[in-house]
Amino acid sequence: MSSVETRTACKPGDYKSDIKPIWCPGCGDYHVLLSFTRAFAQLGLVPEETVVVSGIGCSSRIPAYTSCYGFHGVHGRSLALATGLKVSRPDLTVVVASGDGDGYSIGGNHFLHACRRNIDMTYVVMDNRVYGMTKGQPSPTTEPDFDTALSPGGTGLSPFHPLVIALAAGANFVARAFSGEPNGTASILAEAIRHPGFSFVEVLSPCVTFRPDEREWKNLMHPAPVAATGDPGKAARRIMTDDGFNIGILYRGSRRPFQAKMGATRVDPAELEKDFAL
Amino acid sequence: MSTSIPAIFNLADLLAIAYQIEADAVERYTLLADQMETHNNTELMKVFRDLARAEGIHAEEILRLAGDIDLTGRANSLRSSWPEGESPEEVDLGAAHYLMTPWHALQLSLAGEKRALAFFTSIAETAKDAKVKEMAAEFVEEEAEHVNLVYRLLRKYPKPADSWSRDGDPPSAQG
Repeated sequence: MSSVETRTACKPGDYKSDIKPIWCPGCGDYHVLLSFTRAFAQLGLVPEETVVVSGIGCSSRIPAYTSCYGFHGVHGRSLALATGLKVSRPDLTVVVASGDGDGYSIGGNHFLHACRRNIDMTYVVMDNRVYGMTKGQPSPTTEPDFDTALSPGGTGLSPFHPLVIALAAGANFVARAFSGEPNGTASILAEAIRHPGFSFVEVLSPCVTFRPDEREWKNLMHPAPVAATGDPGKAARRIMTDDGFNIGILYRGSRRPFQAKMGATRVDPAELEKDFAL
Repeated sequence: MSTSIPAIFNLADLLAIAYQIEADAVERYTLLADQMETHNNTELMKVFRDLARAEGIHAEEILRLAGDIDLTGRANSLRSSWPEGESPEEVDLGAAHYLMTPWHALQLSLAGEKRALAFFTSIAETAKDAKVKEMAAEFVEEEAEHVNLVYRLLRKYPKPADSWSRDGDPPSAQG
């Protein structure tokens, strides 16, 4: 976000829209929304120069609840949309919101390549280890023994490990946060937005309706015992061997962000539309 | 919810922190009221709106006390000095439940008021600046009154039966 002008007058409440969230009471995503607005206020982002892009799912409702520009996109394609936006409008601050189903399953391929491209934007995945909006199916991060009417006996499958996959694919900033600590999450988000390149923040955000056991997460969280490293090998080893509940910035890389070479002549959108006219 | 104490050097810092505590509480209660409105729990919506209103009055009083000091800007910058926790009266949104009752709401409120009481008591006991000490002692008295007020309200709303969260058509059984 180095190119973005900032101001300090905005309060967190200024980044909220008038639309009331319809998440279930107790949902972690309420806290994530607070963290978004606090991070934006910390950075003094200009709402009309900030865009929140999302896909489909409970977490993806978040753009509507902010006063920034928003794009509630297609399932799993939030990163594709955001990539196009950031390449064509590098002056904007782009934050992408997703969930574990939208981001790691339907959008899994886009996740890998967004990390690899290292475009300057921040990807926030609210991970509740379940498809909440469609009533509780196992997601890529669900534990193998999640035994319900929809997954009798559990899936038996190894969960996806998003942090180490992001690291291996080339993300330039990797962090884990917990929704129940909105100030801490806001600080991590602010750092992620400030950091050049593709920043990935996994926010553990309980689904109290379909995973009531996740109410206990608040008792399991603890700060990462070591400071962020710039050595991907060391970061990978730490992430692969941690307990999944340590929060903080885990990797801070120094890879130069991708910047598209824009053509000297810009095409008028009206000209482009002619090719698609019926 | 831990409550680390930001550094307070003068009266303006104390007022900004006190304002932030009340403003955060207003924000949380308003969010909870909105949630209950969305989920058709109107009785509880009213309780949360009343709590938000009460905290808002306190926030306004602190703004009046501060006079020309820019409390909102100062409070916003102080927010980052709570790195390991939330401000004392912030209600845990994660504790909400769509079938919760006014008793549960008041329990959340009581916990917040007690945290605020402990917070200002600690400042009153440890502050070096005489004006900060005096003002913190006033806040202690106010917070103690708020704790008593919640206890009085709890007389109106007895603890519900253990089956309060039982749902004949639970969402997790719809698969």
